[in-house]
Amino acid sequence: MFNMPKLPLADWIDSLVDWLSHFEGFFYAVTSFLGGIIDAFQWVFDIIPIPLFILIVMGATWYITRKNRRWGLLVFELIGLLYIWNQGYWRDMTQTLTLVLSASLLAVVVGIPLGIWAATNKTVAKIVKPLMDFMQTMPAFVYLIPAVAFFGIGMVPGVVASVIFSMPPTVRMTQLGIEQVPTELIEAADSFGSTGWQKLYKVQLPLAKPTIMAGINQSMMLALSMVVIASMIGAMGLGTQVYFAVGRNEAGSGFAAGLAIVILAIILDRVTQALNQDKH
Amino acid sequence: MSTKIEVKNLTKIFGKHVRQAQTLLEAGKSKDEILAETEATVGVDRANFTVEDGEIFVIMGLSGSGKSTTIRMLNRLIKPTSGSVLIDGQDIAKMSKAELQKIRREKFSMVFQSFALLPNRTIQENTEFGLEIQGVEKEERAKKAREMLEVVGLKGYEDQYPDQLSGGMQQRVGLARGLANDPEILLMDEAFSALDPLRRKDMQDELLDLQANLQKTIVFISHDLNEALRIGDRIMIMKDGEVVQIGTPEEILSHPADDYVERFIEDVDRSRVYTVGNVMIPATTVNIEKAGPRLAARRMRENGISSIYAIDSQKHLYGIIDANDVRKAIKEDQKDIRSLVQDVVPTTHIDTPLSDLMDDISSTPVPYAVVDDDNHLLGIIVRGAVLGALSGNEVNVNV
Ligand SMILES: Nc1ncnc2c1ncn2[C@@H]1O[C@H](COP(=O)(O)OP(=O)(O)OP(=O)(O)O)[C@@H](O)[C@H]1O
Ligand SMILES: [Mg+2]
Repeated sequence: MFNMPKLPLADWIDSLVDWLSHFEGFFYAVTSFLGGIIDAFQWVFDIIPIPLFILIVMGATWYITRKNRRWGLLVFELIGLLYIWNQGYWRDMTQTLTLVLSASLLAVVVGIPLGIWAATNKTVAKIVKPLMDFMQTMPAFVYLIPAVAFFGIGMVPGVVASVIFSMPPTVRMTQLGIEQVPTELIEAADSFGSTGWQKLYKVQLPLAKPTIMAGINQSMMLALSMVVIASMIGAMGLGTQVYFAVGRNEAGSGFAAGLAIVILAIILDRVTQALNQDKH
Repeated sequence: MSTKIEVKNLTKIFGKHVRQAQTLLEAGKSKDEILAETEATVGVDRANFTVEDGEIFVIMGLSGSGKSTTIRMLNRLIKPTSGSVLIDGQDIAKMSKAELQKIRREKFSMVFQSFALLPNRTIQENTEFGLEIQGVEKEERAKKAREMLEVVGLKGYEDQYPDQLSGGMQQRVGLARGLANDPEILLMDEAFSALDPLRRKDMQDELLDLQANLQKTIVFISHDLNEALRIGDRIMIMKDGEVVQIGTPEEILSHPADDYVERFIEDVDRSRVYTVGNVMIPATTVNIEKAGPRLAARRMRENGISSIYAIDSQKHLYGIIDANDVRKAIKEDQKDIRSLVQDVVPTTHIDTPLSDLMDDISSTPVPYAVVDDDNHLLGIIVRGAVLGALSGNEVNVNV
C-alpha cells in the first residue's frame, strides 16, 4: 500500500482545466451572457429609490399573502430593510440579491428541465443522482478555482459557483415531485389521449408545483449561503463586508453585515414559501 | 349487432421472468405456482371474449382476479404480454402513438375505481379535462361539462375542488368527465362502488338510458352481483386471471359453470333477474263460449281450486269464475256461465321483473294472470312459485 504511487488525480484535473481553457471563446460568451443578466438585475435595483424599493417589497408580499395575511412578515420587512439602509449596506444588499436571484434563475432554468428529464428517463436519473450528490457535497470553495480560471474575477464566477452548489435541490425536488404524481392521474391523462406534453403541463407540472417550489426555495437559500465564499473571488455584496470584517478582525461590523444577510435570507425564504402556500 | 371489441388470448404477466412465467402458464401451471417459481404475477391469463356494439358487458370476480388489468388492456393503458385487442376490427397493438391517442380521444372514456380527479382543478375543470385534451373550444367544453354535471346530479358544485366533495360525489365527477367526451366505448372500473344505494340505482338507470338512447358500448367492472344482473346484458366472471364463465344473467344464474360461480351467485337477490315468464305456470281455464256450469265445477273439483279463469275460444282472458257462483248456477239450472265472470283478475306481462310484483303478489285475492298485448292468457303466477324462485329452489326457468 505504501509503495503504491499516488494516483495523479490532481494532475489530471489540472490538465482538464488547462485543456478546457482552450475554449476561451465559449467561456467568453458565457461570461458576457451571465454578465448581461447580472447587470440587468443590478441596473433595476440601482434605479429604484430606496423607499420605493421597500414599498415594492412590502406591496408584493401583501399581494402574495392575500389569501393568508402575514402582518408579522410585513413588519419584519419594513424594520429589516430600514436597518440595512441605516447601516449603509443598501448597495451591498442589492448586489447580494442580484447574485442570489441570478444564481436561482439559472438553477431553475437548467434544473427544472433536468429534473423532468430524470423523472421520465431511468438512464438519465442514474447519471443525475450521483452528479447532484457530488455537486452539493463537494466543499463549495473548490468551485472557486475553476470558476476563476474560466470566468475571471467578479460577479460572474461567483454566480457560476453558486449555481453549481445550489442547483441540486431544484433538480431533485422536480424529479421527486413528478415521480410522486399518482399513477391513476397519469392513467387518466393517458386514457383521454393526452400527448406527452399535455400530460406534462396539464397534470405532472401542476401537481409537482409545490414540491418544485420547495426545491427552488432551498436552492435560493444555498445560493445565499455562498455569498461570503463568492466574495473571495470578487463577487461584491454583503459577503464582501463580512469577509473584510473577518480580515480586519472587526467583530462588530462583521456581525452587522451578517445580520443583514440573515434579514435578506428570512425575507426571501418567507416570500417564496408564501408563493407556494396558495392551495389550489 | 356488430362486434365492437374483440379480445383474443389476452395475457398479462407482471414482474420479472415474464418469458419463463408464460411458458409455465402455457404448460398449465396455476397463478400461485408460477408466483412461487418465478416471482411473476399472472394478471390475466389468456382471456377470450367479445363485446358487441351497444352492449353492457359486466366483468366480475374476486379482488385480484384481473378485472382492472383486463379493462386497462382494452385501451392499452397496460401493454399486454401477449394476445390481441381489436377495436372495430383494428388491432390496437399495431397502432402508432398518434393513432392510439386519436382512438383514445374519439372512442374511449374511462371511469376509475379511485376517481383519479386532478386535485388542483375545480369540478368544472376536471369535467372538461377530456375535451380540453381534444382541443375543444373553452365555451363549448364548459357548456358540455355543465350539462354532464347536471346529469350526475352535481349542479352547483362546479367551483368546488375534489377534496371538498364526498367519495360518492367525486365518483360522479369521474363519470361526468367520462361522459362529457361522448365516447363510443365507456370503460368503467367499479364506477359506482362509492355511491349510496339510492344514488347507485339512479346512476344505473342513467347508464341504462344512455345505452338505450345513445347505443354506447359499456364495459363495467362490478363487485356487486345485483348490480351486474341489473345492468348487464352479459356477465363475464373471472378467477385468478382466467375467464370462468361468460353469459347472460339468466345463464349465469341457472347454469353456473363451476363451484366458484355458484358461490358467487349464492346470495343474489333473485327477484331482480327473474321475470314473470320464469315462474309462470299454466292456468286452469274454462271456455265461456262452450262450457256450462257443470263442466266448470268439475274442472275446479279435479284441480282442487275454488276459482277458474274464463277465456273464449281465442284464449282471450275475460276474468274469473268463483266456485260458489257456479254451484248457485247449477242449482238454478242456468246454462250460460258468462254472467258469472268477475273482472277482478290482476294482469301482468311476461317480461315484467318479479321484483315489480313482489309487493302486490301476497295481497291480491287471486293469482296474477299473464297476458300478452292482445289480452291472450299465457299463464298465471302463484305465490309458491315466486317464493321458490327467490329462494333458489325448484325454479322453473324457461331458458
Ligand atoms: N402494476 C402491477 N404490478 C404487479 N402486479 C400487478 C400490477 N397490477 C396488478 N397486479 C396483479 O395482477 C393481479 C390482478 O390485479 P387487478 O388489479 O387486475 O385485480 P382486480 O380484479 O381489479 O382487483 P380489485 O377487485 O381488487 O380491483 C393481482 O394479483 C395484482 O396483484
Ligand atoms: Mg380493480
